[in-house]
Amino acid sequence: MLLLNASGCLDALTAPDVARSLDGFVTKTITPLPRGGNPPVRIAETEHGMLNAIGLANPGREAFLDRVLPRLRALGVPIWVSVGGFAAAEYAETCAVLEDVTVELNLSCPNVDEAPESAAQIVAACRAVTGLPLYAKLSPAAWDVAETARAVEDAGADGLSLVNTIRGLALNARTLTPTLARGAGGYSGPALKPIALAAVYACARATSLPIVGMGGVQSGRDVVDLLAAGASSVALGTILFAGPDAPTRVRAELDAECSARGFTSADEIVRIAHDATSTEHGQRGADMVRTP
Amino acid sequence: MKRALLSVLANETIGPYTLLTVERGPLDAGIPGQFFMLEAPGRVLPRPMSVCLARPGELAFLIDPIGPGTRALCALRPEETINALGPLGNGFDLAVERPLLVGGGIGIAPLPFLSAALGEPPALLGFRSEWHAEGAALVPNADVVIEPTFVTEPLAELLSHEVLACGPEPMLEAVRSLAPDAQLAWEAPMACGYGACYGCAVEIDGELKRLCVEGPVLAAA
Repeated sequence: MLLLNASGCLDALTAPDVARSLDGFVTKTITPLPRGGNPPVRIAETEHGMLNAIGLANPGREAFLDRVLPRLRALGVPIWVSVGGFAAAEYAETCAVLEDVTVELNLSCPNVDEAPESAAQIVAACRAVTGLPLYAKLSPAAWDVAETARAVEDAGADGLSLVNTIRGLALNARTLTPTLARGAGGYSGPALKPIALAAVYACARATSLPIVGMGGVQSGRDVVDLLAAGASSVALGTILFAGPDAPTRVRAELDAECSARGFTSADEIVRIAHDATSTEHGQRGADMVRTP
Repeated sequence: MKRALLSVLANETIGPYTLLTVERGPLDAGIPGQFFMLEAPGRVLPRPMSVCLARPGELAFLIDPIGPGTRALCALRPEETINALGPLGNGFDLAVERPLLVGGGIGIAPLPFLSAALGEPPALLGFRSEWHAEGAALVPNADVVIEPTFVTEPLAELLSHEVLACGPEPMLEAVRSLAPDAQLAWEAPMACGYGACYGCAVEIDGELKRLCVEGPVLAAA
């Protein structure tokens, strides 16, 4: 099991020690051209999570390749590059010039206008130009995320990243107008966890692709749930904002969870929620997922 | 930056504000104008607070209870604990000859620490009401104005000083127009405080930059 950061939730160059405490660093989404992002206000806390509308602020592909990527490589942490665009060809152009990284295709940012092509068409366009591992990051807002998962698998994806934020809105208490300048934003944090679990569970049944699970992870126990639902790796998002020691703490909690449940490795938990009750682990897993 | 679990030592009410004092633990107080992210009990995100006072072994933060996070911080009582991360960001440049501290409302928060570091220079503070102006007791050598008088009125006579200011955005804009070389401490909604979230972006030199990394103290020009 790899512990990663969710894209856009860590800057490895301003917090290199935090990046080194992960098994891989996922970049903020890179688009072909530089983007300043959305105007402030860009974030708002809600009762059970937070909204963001950063808007894919990034230096653009050329500056990323020339100035940022070499410095990221120097950290000695495996690099995952989150690739974005506004058309399939834009995603493919970036994939074509990347080397020696894992690619996560951001097919689901709720804060910018989307490419007109389907997720599967974008994956196919990227598959045609790169042999790098391709993960498709999907939105939990789709009516049937498993159908999208099957389509991107058929199009050549090597894995799934589940889930991105889901669109939400907060209103200013005094003015009753949207808190974020863009209006709606991407909702993340603890409230997203059951939504992420459902998406991971559904996609693990529908495809055989490895899944990076993310959404509302606060603790080692949350990692256990995502693994049991079918993720084989887990990413931390909003919890990184609450403190840069989150990876170290979550890992320690996960180790304690594994020990308490009689597992020698977190990998043994993967897919337990799907196992038949006839196996020993399945029985324990079935008990586990019923326990609140 | 370091993160530590700190015990609350005191909680004092000053006008509408709360002065929350915690043990300093292994943390460095930083330089005036720098800030800490304080865990707000029961909330998803911590809150950025500049250091108000840094007595030996302590850190104190002046907090205006304007929302659920700041209210949770103001409700903390001695012996309760919170996580704090810091010091973060860039503080004031202390190499100034004739400093004048200018603060408005809760923007006076970093000025007591700054005043101590600069040998208690003159200060000019503006508040919305007499009640809010009780906060002025924390800043030595302060002249106080209350709305409808604004700090810019007396400031216009004091422009031979080097201005170090913190306050609401309209005040900082007004100070900047009078004192183009002023050092200004800005505020923005912030999720992480260490450059991860890009939430606190403000326009600097025509570009959106992260206030937590580039600021919160910026030169006015």
